[in-house]
Amino acid sequence: MTERSASGLVLENVRISLKGRILVDLSLGVAPGRVATVMGPSGSGKSTLLAYVGGFLEPAFTAEGTVLLNGTDITRLAAHRRHVGILFQDDLLFPHLSVAGNLAFALPERVRGRAARRQRVEDALIEIGLEAHGERDPATLSGGQRARVALMRVLLSEPHALLLDEPFSKLDATLRAQIRDLVFAKARERELPVLLVTHDPADAEAAGNHVVSLSSP
Amino acid sequence: MLRLVPFLAILVLVGPVAAGLAGAALPAFGYLPALGGTAFSLDPFRAVFAAPGIWTSIGLSLGVGLTSTAIAFLAVVLFVAGWQATRVFTVLTQMLSPLLAMPHAAAAFGLAFLIAPSGWLVRLASPWATGIARPPDLLIVNDPLGLAIVAGLALKEIPFLFLMTLAALPQTDARRLTEVTASFGYGRTAGWIVAVLPRLYPQIRLPIFAVIAFASSVVDVALILGPTTPAPLAVRLVTWMNDPDLAMRFQASAGALVQLATTACALLIWIAGERFLGRLAGPHLASGRRHANDGPLRAASAGVMVLVVIAVALGIVVLAVWSFAGYWRFPDALPGATTLANWARQVPGIFGPLETTVVIGIAATVIALALSLGALENEKRRGRVAGSRALTLLYLPLIVPQIAFLFGLQVLFIAAGLDATGAALVLSHLVFVMPYVFLSLADPWRAFDERYATVAKGLGSSPTGIFWRVRLPMLIPAVLTAAAVGFAVSVGQYLPTLLIGAGRWPTVTTEAVALAAGGDRRVIGVYALLQMVLPFLGFAVATLVPLLLFSRRRGLAA
Repeated sequence: MTERSASGLVLENVRISLKGRILVDLSLGVAPGRVATVMGPSGSGKSTLLAYVGGFLEPAFTAEGTVLLNGTDITRLAAHRRHVGILFQDDLLFPHLSVAGNLAFALPERVRGRAARRQRVEDALIEIGLEAHGERDPATLSGGQRARVALMRVLLSEPHALLLDEPFSKLDATLRAQIRDLVFAKARERELPVLLVTHDPADAEAAGNHVVSLSSP
Repeated sequence: MLRLVPFLAILVLVGPVAAGLAGAALPAFGYLPALGGTAFSLDPFRAVFAAPGIWTSIGLSLGVGLTSTAIAFLAVVLFVAGWQATRVFTVLTQMLSPLLAMPHAAAAFGLAFLIAPSGWLVRLASPWATGIARPPDLLIVNDPLGLAIVAGLALKEIPFLFLMTLAALPQTDARRLTEVTASFGYGRTAGWIVAVLPRLYPQIRLPIFAVIAFASSVVDVALILGPTTPAPLAVRLVTWMNDPDLAMRFQASAGALVQLATTACALLIWIAGERFLGRLAGPHLASGRRHANDGPLRAASAGVMVLVVIAVALGIVVLAVWSFAGYWRFPDALPGATTLANWARQVPGIFGPLETTVVIGIAATVIALALSLGALENEKRRGRVAGSRALTLLYLPLIVPQIAFLFGLQVLFIAAGLDATGAALVLSHLVFVMPYVFLSLADPWRAFDERYATVAKGLGSSPTGIFWRVRLPMLIPAVLTAAAVGFAVSVGQYLPTLLIGAGRWPTVTTEAVALAAGGDRRVIGVYALLQMVLPFLGFAVATLVPLLLFSRRRGLAA
């Protein structure tokens, strides 16, 4: 099932174990703009797999296998050099920064000059329908607004791939479908390979049914 | 660089203690070439034990240390057991917490001004209730049995042990455990002691040891409230250390080791008590007695806590009243006239000590913060939490009696030509500031939701960037609280300032304690009040700054 290609996210023979017990053992390819869904019971190592791809695996785990992103081996790179963005089930907007501050935090250093950076943040706010919300305290936004800001924040950092760790599970039913469609649409638009971890079969269906199942622990 | 910080932190904690003990051990056995001691002998110890009333002094140190700790421990356990998760508990928590910021000396002065024969309590009750017009001829403060010093120490130890218990409580699942015991028909207090205390005790054991060590070797509180003929061991040591006859240094060094043994002895007695009670508890638990009628016990335990709060609060008030008192005739409840003259007279001389107190306090706090932050950040990056062995090191300077190693440290500083320098003084404060700063910072730092850092990494932030732009700003309230704790600890230090500063760096605290012997209540009121105000200012800043910084950031308000 591995799609060998120079572009997209490729996991080759990734094997992660904890104290000698193998949690994850798989190979997987995700083409740009596509979503691979990882499902499995709690404790099956779904989030551990994301941690390995993102580069923030706890030292207690032992892991081997290669992670290729658009043809580049990123297995040994530090997390912040991988260009892999992540969304958790909580939006994790930095509470000490304004909405605009959160977005500016993500904007690459390349974008220089105060005016240019502010413009990019403004454009991003417009893109998610939150113009004029830049100076707001993130704590005062609604759940849906916060989810949109979190999504925009990760997109502004110009990632080459997205990791989603049950990002919709805390949203109520109507909002869930809405945000899910938005996330997938933006990923498609930017041609990002997406690795999604979820419990919800509806997520997998919406993602195009490319499902990898991890066995119970 | 960062990898070195934990070693540096440990060096700061262990180095001075080890060096200081060595610096005391050599002269204690007669070896100190600078003073002509070139041969090892036991003469210094013979001199110590030949001192008049020395066994009474040792006995007092043991007795005061153990009694005050036992009272504080019992008061805290019975109160938490009887009142946890009630409104009374919440209210008293809010009232007891600030007491921790109060320097020992100021609390002791407050108590002395209250309970002395000519103190406020007698005045408030006279002559209408007592019928007396002159102060009764009783030795209440400085009583030979040490009851006053036990009370003064307990006043400070109760809030300390209480807060340590509060910090450990969440990890014990106390609420559900007591619900279970209640369903079996156990009274509140008994259920808590049976089910929660065994889990909680190991976590407050080191703080208890620190309290025993402190109380069995305290100097400043003993000078204010303790017996004088003879005084507890530590007070007599200070006299020997400051003796103009340099030959007394040998005896003082031997005394420092005797103090170390005395404190060790107190700890061993406590540990034996733990064993004994532990063995006693088994059969009692199996007896199934429910102790359901604990109403009077609960009332008494809350009463003790209220008494502590009232005593400290009244102490503060009476210090303030004396500092503004003009003519004040016994037994009038209030001074006949109030005046600013007491303050005006002290102002010219007060700025020097005030400045020293603040500068030393800030310097020690900033260094302690930097080391603690570095060690904790290193821990985050390496992904491991320091074990319990490292925690014991943190408590080392708190469990080895100050006086046992400070004197040796002074000897070493003199040998190195560093005595009475500002750097040496800051270092000696740092030894005591560092554990408290680290302990109060570690819990919030470790509880930080690491997913924020993960997200930031995904956004391309380097570990250094994450420290400065995410973790530190989000934890500013905790950092400032830790700083306020550190500053309060530094302000309260008496012995390091006296010994390492060699009297050339007077602080508000050393000045206040030095006034104790003179008994001029107006001047004492001024200095004790200042000593108290400084830590409270620190906590005020730590509370207000985050409110201002994050006034529009509700997510950080909690």
